[in-house]
Amino acid sequence: MTDIAATAPAHGHADHAHDDHDHDTPGFFVRWFMSTNHKDIGTLYLIFAIVAGIIGGALSGMMRLELANPGIQYLGSWAQALGGAQDLTAAKHFWNVMITAHGLIMVFFMVMPAMIGGFGNWFVPLMIGAPDMAFPRMNNVSFWLTAVAFVMLVGSMFVPGGSGNGAGTGWTVYAPLSTSGSVGPAVDMAIFSLHLAGAASILGAINFITTIFNMRAPGMTLHKMPLFVWSVLVTAFLLLLALPVLAAAITMLLTDRNFGTTFYDAAGGGDPVLYQHLFWFFGHPEVYIMILPGFGIVSQIISTFSKKPVFGYLGMAYAMVAIGVVGFIVWAHHMFTVGMSVNLKMYFTAATMVIAVPTGIKIFSWIATMWGGSMTFKTPMMWSLGFIFMFTVGGVTGVVLANGGVDTNLHDTYYVVAHFHYVLSLGAVFSLFAGFYYWFPKMSGRMYNEALGQLHFWIFFIGVNVMFFPQHFLGQQGMPRRYPDYAEAYAYWHLVSSYGYVIMGVGMLFFFLNIGYSLFAGKKAADNPWGEGATTLEWTLSSPPPFHQFNELPRIA
Amino acid sequence: MKSLKTPVIKVLIAAALSLGAVGVGHAQAPATAPAEAPAATAPANPAPIAADAAAPVATTAAAPAGDATYVPMKPTPGVGQPVDAGIDFQPQVSPVGEQAYWFNHVILLPVITVITLIVLGLLLWVMFRFRAKANPVPSKTTHNTFIEIIWTAIPVLILAVIAVPSIRLLAQQYEPPKRDALTIKVTGYQWYWGYAYPDQGIGEYVSKMLPEAQAKAGGEPYQLAVDNRMVVPVGRQVKLIITGADVIHSFAVPAFWTKMDAVPGRANETTFTANKVGVYYGQCSELCGVDHGYMPIAVEVLPVDKWEAWVRSKGGNPAGPVAAAPAAAPAAAPTATPVAATTTAPEAVPAAAPAAAPAAKN
Repeated sequence: MTDIAATAPAHGHADHAHDDHDHDTPGFFVRWFMSTNHKDIGTLYLIFAIVAGIIGGALSGMMRLELANPGIQYLGSWAQALGGAQDLTAAKHFWNVMITAHGLIMVFFMVMPAMIGGFGNWFVPLMIGAPDMAFPRMNNVSFWLTAVAFVMLVGSMFVPGGSGNGAGTGWTVYAPLSTSGSVGPAVDMAIFSLHLAGAASILGAINFITTIFNMRAPGMTLHKMPLFVWSVLVTAFLLLLALPVLAAAITMLLTDRNFGTTFYDAAGGGDPVLYQHLFWFFGHPEVYIMILPGFGIVSQIISTFSKKPVFGYLGMAYAMVAIGVVGFIVWAHHMFTVGMSVNLKMYFTAATMVIAVPTGIKIFSWIATMWGGSMTFKTPMMWSLGFIFMFTVGGVTGVVLANGGVDTNLHDTYYVVAHFHYVLSLGAVFSLFAGFYYWFPKMSGRMYNEALGQLHFWIFFIGVNVMFFPQHFLGQQGMPRRYPDYAEAYAYWHLVSSYGYVIMGVGMLFFFLNIGYSLFAGKKAADNPWGEGATTLEWTLSSPPPFHQFNELPRIA
Repeated sequence: MKSLKTPVIKVLIAAALSLGAVGVGHAQAPATAPAEAPAATAPANPAPIAADAAAPVATTAAAPAGDATYVPMKPTPGVGQPVDAGIDFQPQVSPVGEQAYWFNHVILLPVITVITLIVLGLLLWVMFRFRAKANPVPSKTTHNTFIEIIWTAIPVLILAVIAVPSIRLLAQQYEPPKRDALTIKVTGYQWYWGYAYPDQGIGEYVSKMLPEAQAKAGGEPYQLAVDNRMVVPVGRQVKLIITGADVIHSFAVPAFWTKMDAVPGRANETTFTANKVGVYYGQCSELCGVDHGYMPIAVEVLPVDKWEAWVRSKGGNPAGPVAAAPAAAPAAAPTATPVAATTTAPEAVPAAAPAAAPAAKN
């Protein structure tokens, strides 16, 4: 207990903010398992996200291997290896388990923890000149709830879920497939996992909102905050408003499953479509939760490596606010084929297209930031440039899908898969890598290896494009999502797509190589390795920053 | 689960559908109903039973024109199915599909391609022109109200241009069905489809995926070929009443630009008009469990006379209900849907049957 008390920020070192604080650093267990330090918790989140990303990425590799050729080749042996039955049904069920786990892991346990838990925790307090988060202990609760949620989700793959082990409902967990359609504890475990992850995110959101509203350094007005902080603020509001709806929706799933209620069962006066409305009321803001912090990261990096302030700062900030607001009133475009009235469909078509306007403002403002700049092309900048282009490609296919009449054909096909992987796997993930390389020197105190970083970027960039671009073709040809097998005509582009995964995987080797090499043998990083373009407060601190920073609050002119 | 529930539902549907059959004539109704009952207990292959029972009816009904025997048509390569390494939409054979295809290819695709290329071009240009070597001293410009208004207003205009045909396409898709539309009731099961033609008196028959050897022997693509197809006449509007029996499925035929979820407890309606004879394949498009990937859809579009022959081979009457019946029969079909879909308790069977019987006497 004394150790924990020692980590409290106000500690009477006001005279020498850059002082040696090693004597404040608690022992290993207390420091990493009972942490109240935003930087340590941020590090925990990043490690967690990398571990979850390896598992989620391995699942996608298994899926691409299975889909490389027509027929069922590997599913049976994989299902068996994980303790499942030895028959075709268990094999096909395992496919559904993989798509479910891949989706949930990547959304809830990779992108969100990395963006908000990792970079948000690390850099929001640093950028606004705060000593720590507003509620340091709650911060720790958030992390460990997320960790337990992940264990629950992975555990659900080993308990019965109907036709085989694991929850095979898709990440959307649509009723009645998730209620009467899946007997066994696996789906209950998956739902509990979402409850825990959701609670963790709500606590985190409260923490970020409080921190940003109350703990900004003197002179740091809302309109002077770095755009990354703006992006986390908007994201936190989305989390706070959307996740309780998810919690309600999946709680009703639980009671439908276990206590005989019929919220989603037409036989008892309920409605399966109600679940979809509730889920997507959460689900659409969720996609902005995943991408908005990425917008923030990319804004910082573009500005830094162009040596120029962000163009149209207010427009950029309020474009994110607009995206957040409009993001709440477009949810039913995920349900265009569910059988809704024509007026509703026209509304959701129009509202969805409106989102393209603030998104366009952001794209053009990034380009305008670079215009007239003095650009260098270090690894973080390459990932950011890649982000802008890939996000544009994913964005314009979003405009196509927004049209309810066109979506009739493309709904639930690979076109949709291609679209959301372009904005997430090539959008959110590109911005994550950009942020990782950008802040790696600050977080670790060592430079990453530039050559390995560039190799990682180029190989990954080629790989994901080879993997996902042909999926547009598959979708236009009619290939539905979530199929373990397909008609032979689809074989060509599926094989190309699987080769793309292999290329991407090779790129990832350079990432891990880079981390390993740089952590142990990387050059010592300067306080500000990026030069005059890096103007935010984190670059005024040492690399890595002291255990407690800003004992004397900085003043912003 | 499945083995318990589905026969019950099928009996119910059979009972409900005898309503539709009644319009055809009193002689036929008893002939169809018993044929359906055994079919319900042996869902694997009900077609021969229905055909046997129907044979006498067919001869007493209107004289069959031309060839009365139905032989499943062979698909045309490249039509109604994906092609090797194909990148485009499947060729569209319905007016809505042609309209949507035009919208995508003449408006959407050019617009998004141009936008993407403009962004790419700008990116490459700034990377070249404003690299540190070429421009060592960065400018300090951070605002330009005029250009910010421009890049807000132009996307708004582009979206407005897209919205007009988009809304028109939606309106076209949702036009109410014509009076002479052919009604087919589609039910999604784990993991096959059931089709019924209430106005023609064809009770529900089951459509399942063909095994690989059988599909290839028939010259059909494996995983798309089915044993009993949905058969429709060319050029006539088809109204689908779609529901799900257990979980949500989705009925989709890419060549018609048709996709509609089959939701338990709901009767969704959608229409299509196929203007070209042929076989068109689709697949279930909503995750529905283990065999989600193995419940394809095949729609055979036939010339009217051949379609009529097919209807007779199924024991139905192509002319549909007689003059007095139309009001009753279409009304009966949709109301039967929620009953069939939502009732799972066995005791509901006797309850539903008497309810159907009085209606049939009218």
